[in-house]
Amino acid sequence: MASVSMTVNGKAVTEDVEPRTLLVEFLRQHLGLTGTHVGCDTSQCGACVVHVDGKSVKACTALAIQCDGAEVTTIEGLANGSGLHPMQAAFREHHALQCGFCTPGMIMSAVDLLENNADPSEKEIREWLEGNICRCTGYHNIVKAIKACAQDMRG
Amino acid sequence: MYEFNVRRPGSVELAVSALQAAEDGKLLAGGQTLLPTLKQRLASPSDLVDLGAVDELKGISDEGGAVKIGAMTIHAEVAASDVVRSQIPALAHLAGHIGDPQVRNRGTIGGSIANADPAADYPAAIVGLNATVHTNQRTISADDFFTGMFETALNEDEVITAVSFPKPEKAGYEKFPNPASRYAIVGVMVAQTGGQTRVAVTGAAPSVFRSADAESALSSNFSADALASLSVSAADLNSDIHASADYRAHLVSVMARRAVAAAS
Amino acid sequence: MAENGIGAPVRRKEDKRFITGAGTYTDDINRHGQAYAYFVRSPYPHANLNGIDRSKAEAAPGVLAVLTGDDVAEAGWGGLICGWMVKNKDGSDMRAGNHPVLAQGKVRYVGDHVACVVAETYAQAKDAAELVEVDYGPLVACSSTADADQPSQPQVHDDVPNNTVYNWELGEEAAIDQAIAAAAHVTKVDLINNRVVPNAMEPRAAVGEYDAAQESFTLYTTSQNPHVARLVMSAFIQIAPEHKLRVIAPDVGGGFGSKIYIYSEECICLMAAQKIGRPVKWTGDRSEAFLSDAHGRDHVTHAALALDADGNFTALKVHTKANMGAYLSLFASCVPTYLYATLLAGQYRTPQIYCAVDAVFTNTVPVDAYRGAGRPEATYLLETIIDVAAKELGRDPADLRRQNFIKPEQFPYDTPVALTYDTGNFHAGLDKALEVADYSNFAVRRAESEARGKLRGVGFSCYIEACGIAPSAVVGSLGAGVGLWESAKIRFTHTGVCQVLTGTHSHGQGHETVFAQLMAEKLGVPIDNVEVIHGDTDKTPVGMGTYGSRSLAVGGQALANAADKIIEKGKKIAAHLLEAAEADIEFKDGSFTVAGTDKSKALGEVVFEAYVPHNIPQGLVEPGMEEGAFYDPANFTYPSGTYICEVEVDPDTGVVSIDRLVACDDFGVIVNPMIVEGQVHGGLAQGIGQALTENCVYDSAGQLLSASYMDYCMPKADDLPSFEVSNTMTACSHNALGVKGCGEAGAIGSPPAVMNAVADAIGTRIQMPATAEKVWRALQANKTSQAAE
Repeated sequence: MASVSMTVNGKAVTEDVEPRTLLVEFLRQHLGLTGTHVGCDTSQCGACVVHVDGKSVKACTALAIQCDGAEVTTIEGLANGSGLHPMQAAFREHHALQCGFCTPGMIMSAVDLLENNADPSEKEIREWLEGNICRCTGYHNIVKAIKACAQDMRG
Repeated sequence: MYEFNVRRPGSVELAVSALQAAEDGKLLAGGQTLLPTLKQRLASPSDLVDLGAVDELKGISDEGGAVKIGAMTIHAEVAASDVVRSQIPALAHLAGHIGDPQVRNRGTIGGSIANADPAADYPAAIVGLNATVHTNQRTISADDFFTGMFETALNEDEVITAVSFPKPEKAGYEKFPNPASRYAIVGVMVAQTGGQTRVAVTGAAPSVFRSADAESALSSNFSADALASLSVSAADLNSDIHASADYRAHLVSVMARRAVAAAS
Repeated sequence: MAENGIGAPVRRKEDKRFITGAGTYTDDINRHGQAYAYFVRSPYPHANLNGIDRSKAEAAPGVLAVLTGDDVAEAGWGGLICGWMVKNKDGSDMRAGNHPVLAQGKVRYVGDHVACVVAETYAQAKDAAELVEVDYGPLVACSSTADADQPSQPQVHDDVPNNTVYNWELGEEAAIDQAIAAAAHVTKVDLINNRVVPNAMEPRAAVGEYDAAQESFTLYTTSQNPHVARLVMSAFIQIAPEHKLRVIAPDVGGGFGSKIYIYSEECICLMAAQKIGRPVKWTGDRSEAFLSDAHGRDHVTHAALALDADGNFTALKVHTKANMGAYLSLFASCVPTYLYATLLAGQYRTPQIYCAVDAVFTNTVPVDAYRGAGRPEATYLLETIIDVAAKELGRDPADLRRQNFIKPEQFPYDTPVALTYDTGNFHAGLDKALEVADYSNFAVRRAESEARGKLRGVGFSCYIEACGIAPSAVVGSLGAGVGLWESAKIRFTHTGVCQVLTGTHSHGQGHETVFAQLMAEKLGVPIDNVEVIHGDTDKTPVGMGTYGSRSLAVGGQALANAADKIIEKGKKIAAHLLEAAEADIEFKDGSFTVAGTDKSKALGEVVFEAYVPHNIPQGLVEPGMEEGAFYDPANFTYPSGTYICEVEVDPDTGVVSIDRLVACDDFGVIVNPMIVEGQVHGGLAQGIGQALTENCVYDSAGQLLSASYMDYCMPKADDLPSFEVSNTMTACSHNALGVKGCGEAGAIGSPPAVMNAVADAIGTRIQMPATAEKVWRALQANKTSQAAE
């Protein structure tokens, strides 16, 4: 077993884990943060996307130990206690989710996109979503929501 | 994943000792290929030596005639780097199209080339741009580095520390991605560096290779038209459910022409 | 219109939990003391199972139990049944083969369930699974749909000769042959409807629990139809009597058909839980999903369309081989028959149709209903052969279709393939789609593409589909093992909260919102006061679940009927309270009013009186306000539409990009246009995926080559355009809501539109999926043949 400490959604946590524990297992099983999902085992679907030190990463393709000392934000902590993050609100407003399974990863990825590019074109949004698979929406409304959110956040 | 130990050394020296002390140690860089491999139980190292805490391996610097990139520099940083974008835009373009944004936020140049996946993008940059690979033991020239499918010239306890890319006069990279994995079915880096023309092809064969025909056509006339009659042999090229060897051979020509057209 | 009632694009009530990560999917459920299951799966497509030595695995750290087919046999469990009997041409029964819950004697596909290891942790179970020693005697496998019934092929089931499940037919072959012989023109096609993998983003999962004191089981599972799961597990597999088995499907992360069926894993979790006396959880990973979720499609078809000299369709003859995989899944047998051949009239007046279907076993994952189920295969065939005919005859593909459409005044229309279309207006759908697509300026756009070195093509698809399979008496006569009605219950509380209990179950469709809208419309209840309860056999009335676009058309109508009963009872109470005759009470916008006066009582007041009946005379009504309804429709519903696709092809690489996709659908009355559009978008993406990128490939030895997202090409955001979606409307005539169903249309209508556009662009017809290499090869072959001419 190895001891891992990190800050998750603003809260310091320390847990003893098997070294082979993935970040997503750490979040779901050790911390009970089940909003981060697992939809594949080859690092493609993006249902597990969280932010590590401000960057979107796939929590299924990082060991918890590799994130020792890191700041991690999950979907549960995105709004930082204040209702909904604008991206969450945009997803609801524009019906950018159906079954909801890919949604947390999709939102975490989209938030990172706007950190990098405050005014993305439709093409840039679609290319950014390369690492997130949705089987329900055909992406149409996801693209729409991200575009609208970007516009709102620019004010 | 099978059980393993994880070491997190703070320096290259400590990493090497950890590797030497392990029964069957393996270096862990960004983990974007290694961790999926372990998850599929296709490898069972006793120890992973995580290079994530080795700060000396990170960063990008302009060294005058070359751009030097630390082995643990992530793809996203290379893609966004002002130095890379201004000095070798084709390299920034290549790095910005590896995998997806989340892979680019963890995957590293050192990890990528040490793995030597035949469908990875970086090998085309190493060979096409005639880079030099720095390790804790020596420097290795681009043409000597990749020795086969998933094989390199690296020794067992050798750690890549950085890669130096000489600044080209002109370079371009185009890839035809696998529609599922977005690895390269064919990726071609063309470059003119110090008057010399190089064309490196990844994805098409078991290992990255240079196209002598394309290089000779381009050395006298660095234009897409010069490659109009380029014919690539399908012998020895890969064939799978996504692309036959014939189709890959055809794509090498198309991507080479497009890379030349895009070169800057 | 009531606020937030029918027609309002109400934002979804369920979204808050999903966007905050607070949804509860099966894998999010952890029970006290839970152990973990991992399945040993066959690496061979076909092998004798000579023996299993579990001793090493049993001795491994943390292992609590190892279960094999012997345990299943010992428990006396039945097999995983197929619930629909299809008859052969000669009237004899189909041969279903046996489908044991864990393999017995033989394994029949890569991924077949051999053993289950239960351990303290998931990792320990997986570690120990490698220690289960299985003595396989490999056999030659049969993996080809086209050849499976040839005598030279290996036998998948000993009691199913020539791997033939059934030879079924609809129509009279001799008459069709005559019509074809007499035709002015006959168009023939050979089509492969490629096998695809449903790929709901939530992998299947299950948690089994056993209460020894009550001798009862609880199963949390990823199901589209918990009551059907309970019925099958109880009546056929015989795990426990129905009252000793509770099935709960919490939030379900997509299904597309794949979560209708009853799978080994969920049954074994129950057996393991009973054996070790602790809850047992299994969570599938994506690799397991590829190897064990029922796949879709997989047809090989030869067809001929006869036309007279004026271009009128005179006859259609179809012969299809349908791959069932290694075992007959729950509804597999009805998909290529009653959900396929019956749709072959499409939107057209073709007077004679004959369809023969051979269903075959192969050593591959079982195939069953996947979004559209049979109807996409029928539409693909029909809309392809018509397009080919138009090309052969030099006709505009839109005009040839229009000429043969059933006319608006011909409804209700009896097709030659057993269906009666109640309403529709196919001309209106085509006209609107043509207008939205700006078809008249297509030539301009093609020229513009050509100027950029690209090839542009346009493709049409005019689909019809049948939703809400019913009535029960009819489906029963066709071989269904169950009735296909739906149930609903409305329960008001003292304080006026409206609880809706439905036998349907959402796996992304937004029932919590749409059913609340129905309550707003029918009863004037604010949607925030409505709670939709579903997915739990202990809470909801017995229901048949969600598939076949049935939830609104069948379940919604059941709910509307229950609301009518609420109104009826409320009128009695209101009449008493308002001192008026019951016949004079009108109910509107949530209030009971004495006609022609301003005397009224709000529904909430009436409900309160019903629960606190201090002023209600004995015998007027029973106390309380709770009403239920079961609804068995008189007919299927028939959504229809026209889809127009424009593609651009890069001739250098063969890459196809979809530039435009126009969808114009007739779904009858639309309750929530925002949700309906979303359903269309998702269906389109799946249909485009099948047409361009998705392909489930087995090699000749029976190994699955496309077994992960590294090789199975899911459509991603940059593979798709933004869609142009619109509607026409003819109300369904046999349900009071006038609704038809919208869940599958996109996946049904889009593949032929895309493929016809590709064919138009490159001048050659290729099989799905139109991958870059296939398109490039077709273009090369064109060049070669042009050079030869």
